[in-house]
Amino acid sequence: MSGPNTDYDPVEVTPLKPEEVEAARDAAVAAIAAAADLADLKQVRIDHAGDRSPLALANREIGALPPQARKEAGQRIGQARGAVNQALAARQEVLEAEHEERMLVEETVDVTLPTDRVPAGARHPITTGSELIADIFVAMGWEVAEGPVIEAEWLNFDALNLGPDHPARTMQDTFWTEPAENHLVLRTHTSPVQARTMLTRQPPIYVVCPGRVFRTDEYDATHSPVFHQVEGLAIDEGITMANLKGTLDHFAAQMFGEGISTRFRPSYFPFTEPSAEVDLVCFVCRGSGTLDGASCRTCRGEGWIEWGGCGVVNPRVLAACGVDAERYTGFAFGMGIDRTLMFRQGIEDLRELFEGDIRFTTAFGSEL
Amino acid sequence: MKAPASWIREYVDLPADVTTEDLTARLTALGLKLEAIESASAGITGPLVVGKVLTMEPEPQKNGKTINWCTVDVGDANGTGEPQGIVCGAHNFAPGDLVVVILPGGVLPGNFQISARKTYGHLSAGMICSARELGLGEDHDGIIVLPADAGAPGTDAFDVLGLREEVIEFEINPDRAYALSLRGIAREAALAYDAPYRDPADRDVPSPNDAGYPVVIDDPVGCPMFVARKVTGFDPAAPTPDWMATRLQQAGMRPISLAVDVTNYVMLETGRPIHGYDADKLQGPIRVRRATEGETLTTLDGALRTLSTEDLVVTDDSGIIGLGGVMGGETTEMSETTTNVLVEAAHWDATSMFRTGKRHRISSEAGKRNERGVDPVITPAAADRVVELLTTYGGGTADPGVTVVGTAPERPEITISYDLPARVSGMDIDAATTVTNLEAVGCALVKEDTTLTATPPPWRPDLNDPFDLVEEVARIVGYDNVPSVLPREAAGRGLTREQRLRRRVGRTLAGAGCVEVISFPFVGDAAFDALGLPADDPLRTTVRLANPLSSEEPSYTTTLLPGLLKAAARNLGRGASGVSLFETGTVAFPVDRGPAPIYGVDWRPSEDELAKLLEALPEQPLHLAVVLAGERERAGWWGEGREAGWADAIGLVRRLGTELGVEIEVVSTSRAPWHPGRCAQVRLAGVEFGHAGELHPKVCAAFGLPARSAAVEIDLDFLMRHTRDVTPGPDFSTYPQAKEDVALVVAADVTAADVEAALREGAGDLLESIRLFDVYTSEQLGADKKSLAFALRFRAPDRTLTEEETAGARDAAVALAAERTGAVQRS
Ligand SMILES: [Zn+2]
Repeated sequence: MSGPNTDYDPVEVTPLKPEEVEAARDAAVAAIAAAADLADLKQVRIDHAGDRSPLALANREIGALPPQARKEAGQRIGQARGAVNQALAARQEVLEAEHEERMLVEETVDVTLPTDRVPAGARHPITTGSELIADIFVAMGWEVAEGPVIEAEWLNFDALNLGPDHPARTMQDTFWTEPAENHLVLRTHTSPVQARTMLTRQPPIYVVCPGRVFRTDEYDATHSPVFHQVEGLAIDEGITMANLKGTLDHFAAQMFGEGISTRFRPSYFPFTEPSAEVDLVCFVCRGSGTLDGASCRTCRGEGWIEWGGCGVVNPRVLAACGVDAERYTGFAFGMGIDRTLMFRQGIEDLRELFEGDIRFTTAFGSEL
Repeated sequence: MKAPASWIREYVDLPADVTTEDLTARLTALGLKLEAIESASAGITGPLVVGKVLTMEPEPQKNGKTINWCTVDVGDANGTGEPQGIVCGAHNFAPGDLVVVILPGGVLPGNFQISARKTYGHLSAGMICSARELGLGEDHDGIIVLPADAGAPGTDAFDVLGLREEVIEFEINPDRAYALSLRGIAREAALAYDAPYRDPADRDVPSPNDAGYPVVIDDPVGCPMFVARKVTGFDPAAPTPDWMATRLQQAGMRPISLAVDVTNYVMLETGRPIHGYDADKLQGPIRVRRATEGETLTTLDGALRTLSTEDLVVTDDSGIIGLGGVMGGETTEMSETTTNVLVEAAHWDATSMFRTGKRHRISSEAGKRNERGVDPVITPAAADRVVELLTTYGGGTADPGVTVVGTAPERPEITISYDLPARVSGMDIDAATTVTNLEAVGCALVKEDTTLTATPPPWRPDLNDPFDLVEEVARIVGYDNVPSVLPREAAGRGLTREQRLRRRVGRTLAGAGCVEVISFPFVGDAAFDALGLPADDPLRTTVRLANPLSSEEPSYTTTLLPGLLKAAARNLGRGASGVSLFETGTVAFPVDRGPAPIYGVDWRPSEDELAKLLEALPEQPLHLAVVLAGERERAGWWGEGREAGWADAIGLVRRLGTELGVEIEVVSTSRAPWHPGRCAQVRLAGVEFGHAGELHPKVCAAFGLPARSAAVEIDLDFLMRHTRDVTPGPDFSTYPQAKEDVALVVAADVTAADVEAALREGAGDLLESIRLFDVYTSEQLGADKKSLAFALRFRAPDRTLTEEETAGARDAAVALAAERTGAVQRS
């Protein structure tokens, strides 16, 4: 730094000569243009625009000029410095852009690298399937009812018009708990949940009951001693078989797609009278029985799939459960969740559902 | 139930163009479900013709066998009219016999293609068939020799052998026992086509008289009616006619002897089971009564049976000679020397039949019908039909004595309003249709203005209630006509909170990389031992099953871990390098509050009765279990993988707490099957609801899992019950935060939770959060010491804290930690 020039000698003040100023400016602009990167430019900035740069030094000399010369010199240097700063800023911008571009290129990674540090989890298709079914009914205003798996014999059988000598009691080979005099069974169907609902609620009742049930079946590709059922129960004034058909047709269409409906065949269930088997239009061949010229495997060429049982709730059941059978009628239906999923998802062997193999379950993700 | 189509058509005049497929479709729609149609000619393709053996030359072979080189007249069936040369290995025929010949180009069952071929030095052009080769039976002793009048050579043999027959197998529902007979099936076929029907049980029967075999019924409830007829001089060697044997076989019954075959045939025809006694072995009058406890009987199958007071027995002077309606006894069994037959046709109480069959584990064709209900009115007709067939084919004469004791039970009357079928089915069914259809199923009707009273026919013991009649009317109108109408909209309340929370738990765990499994909830001592549970562990007190699948696993499980640990090992065994599994499921703990009552069903149990019933049920909480085994994080380009451990297990429980909005406390504990030093008890508001941590090394070894595998089991019901119904919004300060970090040296066995709790309490209300960020041990500290570093964050709701306030709170926190846990602040 220098103070005011006390040894004033106008002849010596060469930097203020116009050609010198221009030369300094041109040298600066040339150096700026030549700066190859931001580091170069930083040095150029020090050399040509820093405190010790020719133009800065010249500027400092202005004060020493005779007053009449100051204005002109000031203007000249100011213009030169302005030009240099402008060039610096422009070059800075260009070099920064170049730098950024280069950095982004350098930072390129292989985005196809695996990212599965923690392997994915999944929910069981029986769970998500039960929820799917529950949601279809909840959307119709129904509720989801549940009950215990170890159930009172009276609720599992008697209340449902399955008396002690009813042949169905042996048909559904039942797991009994010890001692048998305690009259407790592993529920053979989710129907006791329906009985519980009727015993504890006043109509109108619209409930769907998904759950685990037990029968002493062999364990093979299509049978399991532990399986899952969903049953539905509607009790209201004026309920008819037509409402049952409407509900099951809606359920079928929601579960399997528009156009998939049901048909009824007369059948027998103690819980219902009249009773029907429910068949479903095969959603693979859409009822034609053939697929690509061959017999459809899903329905074995029949165009229909056996889906479950249903009927009008037997007034004897209403009586046992305290529902006014003069005022209300009801319908009930039931089908296997496992079986429904087997044909909906094309699962060949029922046992895959209970093996716990993560390759099976993760294939379904968390939604069916 | 298997029914040959021609037998059905014997009793119903179906239109000629009705195919078996048409018929079964209609019957299925009426409720007799088609199981299968078997064609007797399945697998056979012609030409299959009658041949007449012209010559046969026995030719001994080097292998010791003798073959016959035959020429057979097959008429024009071979296109030339010349005799056909055929090699045959059988010897049970002679020149002049009529035989069954399959010519080249034909196919036998098993896709056995017939062609002319060189064999034993001859060109054999076809084959003379045995019954077995045609799939008609097991008889392979020789070829079929047809009766001399079977047909001219060259006649198509399909008709001659009855191979055009189609046998329909129906699945008969338990309420439709009447369809366990040709009589009943034909009745349904007549209903389906509105075709004329001839009842095979509608026959003139001789009037009862006193000359018959003496019968006394002591229990008219168990046996309302007993008919006895006698055939004398019967030829026990008389063969069963071919047509009858064929029909029995087609219906799935094995021909045995004429006497037995006739009773079976009449049972199939009418539905009424019949029993035959060797009349010469009977001693004195027949008496029907209930057995006394402990009496015994050796039944026809050779089994010695100990009887109970509920069993109905047939006795004579010698004692018990049969288990009424279920199975006869050995002592009066018909044999190959029986010439005098006593025919029993009796009506039995269905419930007694069911109980006796179940008690003695006897499942028979007769029992199946008797326990579901047989038409009582046809009892004399069925006996008469047996007498007719026995005398027709076995010689002998019908004894003039006809015993009929008791009467057919009356049917109840059922009154319904005409519009009930329409109201229940939702179909347009007018009064006239209701009347027509009920009459069509055999009901006798009394018609009033608005109601009608129906007396169901005797063959329909299943019709008892108004809605039973609705089903009859509706199935004839046709279930296909039921319209599809959604019920009125219900104001549903959606999923319950618990149902929503359960979904959230599943999604949280799946989101944390866990895969849900469903295992069978059965358990045994082996699993409890593998878990290392002490002998008095409460988990060993189980609800036991009377009839478990396996005696190794006789109980409903008290813990989800065995199933889960096995599934984990299975996955690792199948090549997985790590597995995180979870299961939510019911476990059961027995309660000792007495048996669950059995109430009547005519009205609802009272609230007290219901409560008594419900409290007898075992405790059945919903549990959640997790197992983490092997690699929890994979190795990769990012670096090393990481094995699962205790912290992952406890972390998942804490994560669930966060998801469900509850504060879970973790307390150090020891409990099998966990590692005693790496087990956390998890609590809510001081109450334990489960455990998490590393599994005991012995448990890992017992289940074949890698060391350090970790597990969780909690009472999910408890956790969900303790969530808040409504979560209040947070209220936080916007003033600046003050930070203080402290490092405390404590004894190695002091838990971080205890230190943290002391710090939290000591710091007071100004503390916003506290977090342990480092645990440090060193030689310098000593093996029995550790240093815990906590980040304390302070903030006031209404002001900026001064340094003094913050320092004061920090010092108070450290002081309380020092007092409670012996903590010393590191400088
Ligand atoms: Zn199909």
